[in-house]
Amino acid sequence: MVPLVFVTSMVVFAVIQLPPGDYVTTYIATLQAEGEAVDQKIIEDLREEYGLDQSLPVQYFKWMKNIVTKGDFGYSFSYNKPVNDVIGERMASTLLISGLTMIFTYVVAIPIGIYSALHQYSIGDYIATIIGFLGMATPNFLLAILLMFASFKWFGDPMMGLMSMEYIDAPMSIAKFLDICKHLIIPVIVIGTGGTCGLIRVMRGQMLDELDQQYVLTGRSKGLEEKKIRRKYIVRAALNPIASSIGWNLTKIFSGSTITAIVLNLPTQGPIMLGALRNQDMYLAGTWLLFMSVLTMVGTLISDIVLAWIDPRIRLMDSRM
Amino acid sequence: MGLLKTKKIDNDEKYFFASQWSLMFKKLKKHKLAQISIVILIILYTQMLFAQFVSPYGLESFDSKVVNAPPTKVHLFDDEGIHLPFVYAYEQKRDPETFRKFYVEDKSKRYPIKLFGKGETYKFLGLFESDRHLFIVDEPAKIFIFGSDKLGRDIFSRIALGSQISLTIPLAGVFISFILGITIGSISGYFGGMVDTVIQRIIEVIRSFPTLPLWMALSAAIPARIPVIQMFLFITIILSFISWTGLARTVRSKFMSLKTEDYILAAKVAGVSDFKIILTHMIPGFISYLVVNMTLSIPGMIIGETSMSFLGLGIRPPATSWGVLLQEAQQIQNIALYPWKLVPLLYVIITVLAFNFFGDGLRDAADPYK
Repeated sequence: MVPLVFVTSMVVFAVIQLPPGDYVTTYIATLQAEGEAVDQKIIEDLREEYGLDQSLPVQYFKWMKNIVTKGDFGYSFSYNKPVNDVIGERMASTLLISGLTMIFTYVVAIPIGIYSALHQYSIGDYIATIIGFLGMATPNFLLAILLMFASFKWFGDPMMGLMSMEYIDAPMSIAKFLDICKHLIIPVIVIGTGGTCGLIRVMRGQMLDELDQQYVLTGRSKGLEEKKIRRKYIVRAALNPIASSIGWNLTKIFSGSTITAIVLNLPTQGPIMLGALRNQDMYLAGTWLLFMSVLTMVGTLISDIVLAWIDPRIRLMDSRM
Repeated sequence: MGLLKTKKIDNDEKYFFASQWSLMFKKLKKHKLAQISIVILIILYTQMLFAQFVSPYGLESFDSKVVNAPPTKVHLFDDEGIHLPFVYAYEQKRDPETFRKFYVEDKSKRYPIKLFGKGETYKFLGLFESDRHLFIVDEPAKIFIFGSDKLGRDIFSRIALGSQISLTIPLAGVFISFILGITIGSISGYFGGMVDTVIQRIIEVIRSFPTLPLWMALSAAIPARIPVIQMFLFITIILSFISWTGLARTVRSKFMSLKTEDYILAAKVAGVSDFKIILTHMIPGFISYLVVNMTLSIPGMIIGETSMSFLGLGIRPPATSWGVLLQEAQQIQNIALYPWKLVPLLYVIITVLAFNFFGDGLRDAADPYK
C-alpha cells in the first residue's frame, strides 16, 4: 500500500499542475482586474517567495519531504496559512457528516433490502424499487436543491449551512446542538441517498439469490424456525458483498459530499476545495486529492477486514496459507 | 399432425442455431421496462438529431420582454368556440406591492400554432440552410412550452439543443473507454507476466482516486476560452479516464480464463498470429458482456457531466448542456418563483433511468443461465 500511496501522490501533483499558469498568475489577474498596476519585479518576488520558480520535480520533492518528515502539507496561498490549519478547521464537520451518512446508509438500506426480498413483488417491494431507482437516477446536488425547496416551503427555512446564523459564534449548548442536528438532516439524506438506493438493490438481489440455495431447504427440512434461518443463514450470507463494497462506498460518500456541500453551503472540505482548484492554490488542492485517495485505500483495507470478520471461509483460507 | 411436428422441430432448430445476438434480442423483447426505455431513448436521440428543427427558437435568441415567463398555455377554445390550437401573447404586468413582474395572457388576438412555419434560419444537420421549424407562432406572441429563463430564452429549445452535448458526451466517453479497456485489458490478459503486473499497478493507482474530485481537478485544468468542440473532447476524455479501468479488468479476467481453453491452443498450434487470435477468437466470446457493462456505465457519465457543468467546471456558456441549464436552478428563490426551471432535471432523470433499465434488460438478456 505504501508504494501505491507514493505513486498516487506523484499523479496528484501532476494533476494539480495541469492548469496553465500558477497561483501567482491568478493572483496578478485579480489585482489587474481591480485596476492595480503590477510590475514585473513584484511578480518575480512572489514566485520566489512561494517557491514557484523552481522546477516541478524540486517542488514535488520539497512537498513530499515536508509531509513525510514534519507532517507539513505545505502552505495555502489564498488563505495565507498552512494547509494543515485550513483543512483541520473543517475536518471535524466533514468527518461528522460523512460518518453519519455512512451509518444512515447502512441502517436504512439493509433492513429495506431484506424486507424487499422477503416480500418480493409486494407493494412495499415495488415502492422500495421505485425509490431505489429514482434515487440512483437523481444527481445528489439536485436532490439537495429539491429538499431545500421543500423545507423552505413547509418550514419557512431552507436549512442552509450547518447551523442557524445566531448560533455561529455561540458556545455549545443544547439549543445549538439541536439546531445542528436539524441542519444535518438534509445533507445526510442527500449524500446518503445514492449509496442507500444502490445498496437496497444489491441487498435485495443477494437475499433473493440466497433464498433459493440448498442449505435453506436443508435448514427448513430439519425443522429450524423460519426466523432463525433468515437471521443466521440468509442475511449473514447476503451481507458478504455489502461488506466488500464498504471501501468503495466510503469514497462515494466523500466525493458525493463535495458537490452537495457546495450547494448546501456546508462548512466541509467541498467548497474550499472547489475554490482551491479554481485559484490554483496547489498545495491545498493537492493535499485534499491525496487525502481522498488515501481514504479510498483505507476503505478497501477496512472492507477486507470486515469481510474476514463476517465470513469464516476467508478467515480459514488466510490461516491455511 | 406430422406437419405440426416438423414445424416445431424447425422452431427448435432455429433456437439452437440462432446467433447470440438474435437470442439476446428475443429475450430483450420480453423485458417490458427495457422496451419502454428503448422507445424513450429513441425519442430523445431523434429530438437531439433534429434539435434545430424541433426547437422553435435558436440557442441564443432572447427577448427581454418575456424573462422568466411561465410555460405558454395552448388553447383550443375561446368565447367564439373551438379553433385549431392557438396561444395568446404574453402581457407583462407588475405587482403593485412587490414590484415583481408577472405575465398575463393578452386575449385580444389569437395566434394559431403553425406547423412547419418559418422562423430563425439554421443549418440543418450542418448540411443545408433552412428556416422551417416543427412548430412556431407569429411574433409578438411566443411559444415557450417549458417557460423561459432569466434572459427570456426558450427553455424547451435550449433543452433540445443542449441535449446535443449532454447526450453525445456519454456515448463518446463510453466509446473511448471501450477502445482503451479492450486494448489494454487484452494486452494485459493475453501476455501476462511483467506487462500484466505493470498495467495492473497503473490501474490500481487510477482506481484509488475518487471519481468526482478527480474529475473536478482535471476539468479545472481546461483553459477557459477554447472552442466548444475542444471543450467537448476534453470533458469526454476526463469522463472516460477512470471508467476504462473497470472494463480493462473484466477483459483481463475473461482473457485469463479463455486462454487455457482448448480451442485457443488449437489456434495457436495451427499458427494463427496473436493479434488474430485476440480479435477473432477471444473478443467475440465476451463482447455481449462488455456491451452490457458499457450501457450500465452511461448513467454515471451523464450525471458526471451534469454535475461538472452545474458547478461551472464542465461545459461553459455560451455552449449549453443540461448541467448549464440547471445552473439557474441553483438559487432557491429561482425554484420557488419559477418552478419550470427544473424541467431540465426531469430530462436528466428520465434519461438516466432509461439507460439504467435498458442496461438491466440487456444484462438479463445476455445472461445465458436464465
